[in-house]
Amino acid sequence: MKFSFVSLAREGLTGHLGWTPQWRSPDPKPAYDVVIVGGGGHGLATAYYLAEEYGVANVAVLEKGWLGGGNTGRNTTIVRSNYLWEASEAIYAHSHRLWTTLAEALNYNVMFSPRGVLQLAHNRHEAAALKRQVHANRLAGVEGEWVNPAQAKAVCPILNTDPGIRYPVVGGALQRTGGTARHDAVAWGFARAASGRGVDIVQNCEVTGVRRDASGAVIGVETTRGAIATKTVGVVVAGHSSVVAAMAGFRLPIESFPLQALVSEPLKPVMPCVAMSNAIHAYMSQSDKGELVIGAGTDAYTSYSQTGGLHIASATLEAICELFPIASRLKMMRNWAGIVDTTPDRSPIIGKTPVPGLFVNCGWGTGGFKATPGSGHLFAHQLATGEPHPIAAPFALDRFRSGALVNEATAAAVAH
Amino acid sequence: MLLIRCPYCEMDRPEVEFRYAGEAHLKRPDPGAATDAEWTDFLYFRANPKGAHAERWRHAAGCGRFLNCLRDTASDRILATYRIGEPRPTAGQRGGGHANG
Ligand SMILES: Cc1cc2nc3c(=O)[nH]c(=O)nc-3n(C[C@H](O)[C@H](O)[C@H](O)COP(=O)(O)OP(=O)(O)OC[C@H]3O[C@@H](n4cnc5c(N)ncnc54)[C@H](O)[C@@H]3O)c2cc1C
Ligand SMILES: [Zn+2]
Repeated sequence: MKFSFVSLAREGLTGHLGWTPQWRSPDPKPAYDVVIVGGGGHGLATAYYLAEEYGVANVAVLEKGWLGGGNTGRNTTIVRSNYLWEASEAIYAHSHRLWTTLAEALNYNVMFSPRGVLQLAHNRHEAAALKRQVHANRLAGVEGEWVNPAQAKAVCPILNTDPGIRYPVVGGALQRTGGTARHDAVAWGFARAASGRGVDIVQNCEVTGVRRDASGAVIGVETTRGAIATKTVGVVVAGHSSVVAAMAGFRLPIESFPLQALVSEPLKPVMPCVAMSNAIHAYMSQSDKGELVIGAGTDAYTSYSQTGGLHIASATLEAICELFPIASRLKMMRNWAGIVDTTPDRSPIIGKTPVPGLFVNCGWGTGGFKATPGSGHLFAHQLATGEPHPIAAPFALDRFRSGALVNEATAAAVAH
Repeated sequence: MLLIRCPYCEMDRPEVEFRYAGEAHLKRPDPGAATDAEWTDFLYFRANPKGAHAERWRHAAGCGRFLNCLRDTASDRILATYRIGEPRPTAGQRGGGHANG
């Protein structure tokens, strides 16, 4: 059913009884042209663009839990495109462009809100690095500007710009077109649109094995709901990428770490932008419900437990209380962790693997929510044509052998 | 927060006293003989298992020494800690007399 002013008004007057399920929940078929493993935002976006742009609709998305129950539904939803290197600028800008029209394209309100993202610098070295980033971005046509403490305060009135604090704000990089989006709506909107174009979305279906023929090529997957034949598999499982790769007999340059977030009790609007401090691992924005959404840095050790240490969350809260003194008397309502797939150069891995027919889209680590539409769009190209989209080509697995890293780790070392 | 038994201090100490130092038992290839593939594997590829993981920690705010630890990454339960140079205990087994609950 299409969402429109007319349908909303009609349902509003008739008790909202006419809404139908947003996507079909079929049993898996014995075979598909393409099987996508992982029903997070990236997997669902891939399926949508496969059907919408490449006419490949005989596709299944297999999700071991529920849609968006992984990092998609656990992230702090920061969207920005001001990464340092040209390859990164291209891929994140591609995604950023898709965000601006995504709600119309999907006929689903993903609540993309370009309210501005402010990255804070606390010393001259960070200031130099962020200014370099701003200049590089402007050369590449990516919007951004440097702001001094007074300008930062004008953008974010609750920011503590007192020069006497432990980590004083000496300035910041501001991307006014960055912002946030509603994470669940992104998963649901892509699921609904993909399902409407013929994609089968199968929840509670865990992939437990990868079938290969004598030449080593993929011929199907084993799942908790039976075997499914296919010649093309797209693995989009974020923190579990190494686990699924092991099923197919290869390794990845990925380690999985817990990344924590918290939300406060709801407040009246106090924070009109997103603010991030990479040095002290504190990120904050305000949701439309009024909660302050707070992100931390990763825990120290690899884990799949979806829990992190309290000392990591409390260090982040100490930083938040110093930067935003009004937060000091707030109650935190929830604290959780997602498992993020971190690569050595903090850039994603998109494309071919040693297993013919099996492709990965992973390694988005602490910052892949912003890339959801772009990542899905580019990976659909890979799955439909067998070859990488030019924007995705620099992110091939082979770069760890060739040495052509896209090193955002030393460039910015930014979470989110 | 993890409670880690230091096999040198022979004490259970909180995680904040330690620094994590990644996968244990990696062997640096011979620079004269290694292929690109061997270097790539050594530099970038890690086991990252969901289950028993052998890893290094350093007791930074204690004795300062590196130690090895076998931890279940699905539950974060520490199965064993042992001294550098000692072999990895069999998964699931409490090894080296430094077992940790
Ligand atoms: C606390 C936190 C804060 C973050 N903040 C930001 C931010 O502000 N901005 C930003 O851009 N990014 C952020 N990120 C990162 C972002 O969430 C991820 O990069 C992104 O969501 C990854 O998308 P995905 O669809 O691949 O992952 P997921 O949503 O995790 O989807 C992967 C899916 O695969 C499923 N799966 C795994 N194994 C199997 C299997 N064997 N069979 C079937 N299904 C399987 C999982 O259940 C999961 O649903 C944050 C992450 C966390 C944890
Ligand atoms: Zn010690």
